[in-house]
Amino acid sequence: MKRRVVITGMGVISPVGNDVETFWNSLINGKSGIRKIDRFDTEGFATTIAGQVVDFNPEDFIDRKEARKMDRFVQYSVAAAIQAMNQSGLKLDQENAERVGVYIGSGIGGLETLCEQHSILKERGPRRVSPFFIPMMIGDMASGQVSIYFGAKGPNSSPISACATGTNAIGDASKIIERGAADVMLTGGSEAAVLPLTVAGFNAAKAMSTSYNETPEKASRPFDKDRDGFVLGEGAGVLVLEELEHAKKRGATILAEVVGYGMSGDAYHITAPAPEGEGAARAMKAALHDAGIEPSAIGYINAHGTSTEFNDFFETQAVKSAFGEHAYKLAMSSTKSMTGHLLGAAGAIEAVACVQALREGILPPTTNLDQPGEGCDLDYVANVARKADVEYVMSNSLGFGGHNASIIIRKYND
Amino acid sequence: MSAEIFDRVKNIIVDRLGVEEGEISLQSSFKDDLGADSLDVVELVMELEDEFDMEISDEDAEKINTVGDVVTYIASQK
Repeated sequence: MKRRVVITGMGVISPVGNDVETFWNSLINGKSGIRKIDRFDTEGFATTIAGQVVDFNPEDFIDRKEARKMDRFVQYSVAAAIQAMNQSGLKLDQENAERVGVYIGSGIGGLETLCEQHSILKERGPRRVSPFFIPMMIGDMASGQVSIYFGAKGPNSSPISACATGTNAIGDASKIIERGAADVMLTGGSEAAVLPLTVAGFNAAKAMSTSYNETPEKASRPFDKDRDGFVLGEGAGVLVLEELEHAKKRGATILAEVVGYGMSGDAYHITAPAPEGEGAARAMKAALHDAGIEPSAIGYINAHGTSTEFNDFFETQAVKSAFGEHAYKLAMSSTKSMTGHLLGAAGAIEAVACVQALREGILPPTTNLDQPGEGCDLDYVANVARKADVEYVMSNSLGFGGHNASIIIRKYND
Repeated sequence: MSAEIFDRVKNIIVDRLGVEEGEISLQSSFKDDLGADSLDVVELVMELEDEFDMEISDEDAEKINTVGDVVTYIASQK
């Protein structure tokens, strides 16, 4: 029999709250975390807004000496992991350490550190580049530092699939447990890319919203006809995944179960989705197949829903292709309307939202959805959260490079 | 002279290694007593170079074990 994988802990650092409770309350109350960027001078930038993490003090979580050696994306991941482990109640010791792994990804990695050190190299020469530059910057270091913090000696690696990273991480980590290579995995995604270089780059690619700089809370408007690009966000989500019997044996509170995972590649274009969202549709179908359920079992989808013209149109088509008639019966929302797009962390915080939706019986809304765009004709839970008792939810993440990932989470039943 | 150098070195150590000032003596070993690893030592040397406006060669840096070694070295270069 297949080893079942359950969720026993969750942690979040996000533009709408730095713990699960605050994050969730923001989502169901339609509270936006999109503001004017205050990290750097945005003079001359086409976009001057983002979803920034506020009131985050790394020293609330990490020793100052250690925090200094971490890029912001690593600090976020360690903080989210600490929250998740606290909720799980799991303690590591010599007995279990080798059965506990870490698999946390980042789409961009330590770009802030890279930019700083590159400036030092240019201005002051090679001898002034920090010995911590490389171990701060490399994108695997969330997994590295989290394992060091907890002494987790099991499987350890780090996925990168741009904006699909968080969902790929959770899906892959669930399979590591399923196949017996670990009993517990700390998994998710982390991102800290609200930086001049990233904003300039996404602007150059014409991917980000530019029309709502004076009304930041209105900028992320997935599926709305006046959407004009995604809004950059940052933060981290970390989940503790655990083999069911392992969790039961230690009397853990089981939050939900990961029951399906599918992924696919578009093999089409570096940034644009494949026509009709066919790649995304295949990932969704693969997840349904993996879960062994009919499409009609899914009650809610947390959409990738980036608020770009292409994504929202093609993702809607993809859902229709994967779900047939049931596409019009299920509810689908994009919480990016409030958090912005956390890139590699998006799938991770959205998985947390999915678990909360299952547990609380509330579907978070898509805010700023005043008038659906052309071809966007599904039930997007417009503007107001909705009570709904659902058993299965799906979370989609789609990344530059043509990466498509979907996971299915089920309400826990013994 | 040395006392002033010692104070300035201590400030850097407190800031970089996160130790209490009272824990630092001239006899303190960076690695054994102050918890520094090899990367910390490289960074400390860079900080000292900035603080005292001097260059410490890799060869000399490798000979540094204790806080006293640093203070003596800096005093000898001034």
